[in-house]
Amino acid sequence: MTETPKKDAKVKKMMLILSKATIDNVYAAFILANGARMEGIEAEIFFTFFGLEAVQKKKLEHLHVATVGNPAMHIPTLLGGLPGMEAFATNMMKKEMEKLDIPPVGEFIEILEASGCKLWACKLAVDMFHLKREDLVDEISDVITVGDFYTRAEGENTHLLFI
Amino acid sequence: METTIAGKNIAVNDEGYLTDLNQWSREVAEAIAQEEGIQLTDDHMPVIEYLQEQYKNEVPLSIRKVGKSGVVDIKGFYALFPGGPLKKASRIAGIPKPASCI
Repeated sequence: MTETPKKDAKVKKMMLILSKATIDNVYAAFILANGARMEGIEAEIFFTFFGLEAVQKKKLEHLHVATVGNPAMHIPTLLGGLPGMEAFATNMMKKEMEKLDIPPVGEFIEILEASGCKLWACKLAVDMFHLKREDLVDEISDVITVGDFYTRAEGENTHLLFI
Repeated sequence: METTIAGKNIAVNDEGYLTDLNQWSREVAEAIAQEEGIQLTDDHMPVIEYLQEQYKNEVPLSIRKVGKSGVVDIKGFYALFPGGPLKKASRIAGIPKPASCI
């Protein structure tokens, strides 16, 4: 049993920044945000750079785990680069996640929105990738700047986390 | 340990969760709900009964499962039990705190 921290030190808000599109990073951000909401903690996610792939209608169900340059895969780099390897490894991972009741990316976004988690797209990255609002899922509240995001982080016991 | 809830001696753990579902009653649920800042209504009851049913069948609980139960959707679940729905609803339902991250 861990000691319960003092009440005034309790985390009030988690502001997560997702900058990557590998499925393990996307799930890390989603599970942390959802876990916060389950504890009564406010949560917001800022999707920037490759993280935007997780909220693009056409891409979100096609995210992969990295099989090259990922030492945790424990396979030779050359093998990891073979055609179909990423898809194979991703499918294995998705099957294991389903067993643990972890939803697919699209459903997870719906759950986050329903739980009151705010989802924001980074304006600079949206412009850079020439994306339009309609390329993004409806659950995205708005396209905002870094400054807007920091303004939303104001208040005591807010934590920012970059993934 | 034992504590007094709704005028009865009830066995709870150190986080205030009932350790024996047989001691649960609507009155106990109402008293715990009040502690959690929730005014229990008839809308809460189907959700509480669903959670108890799942617990009796030894099904691990998650927000996703509750959302798919057909009893309440996720938005409704958060609205009924604001500030940590699965934890609070489980405590009110007299079942152990779920060890779920989803």
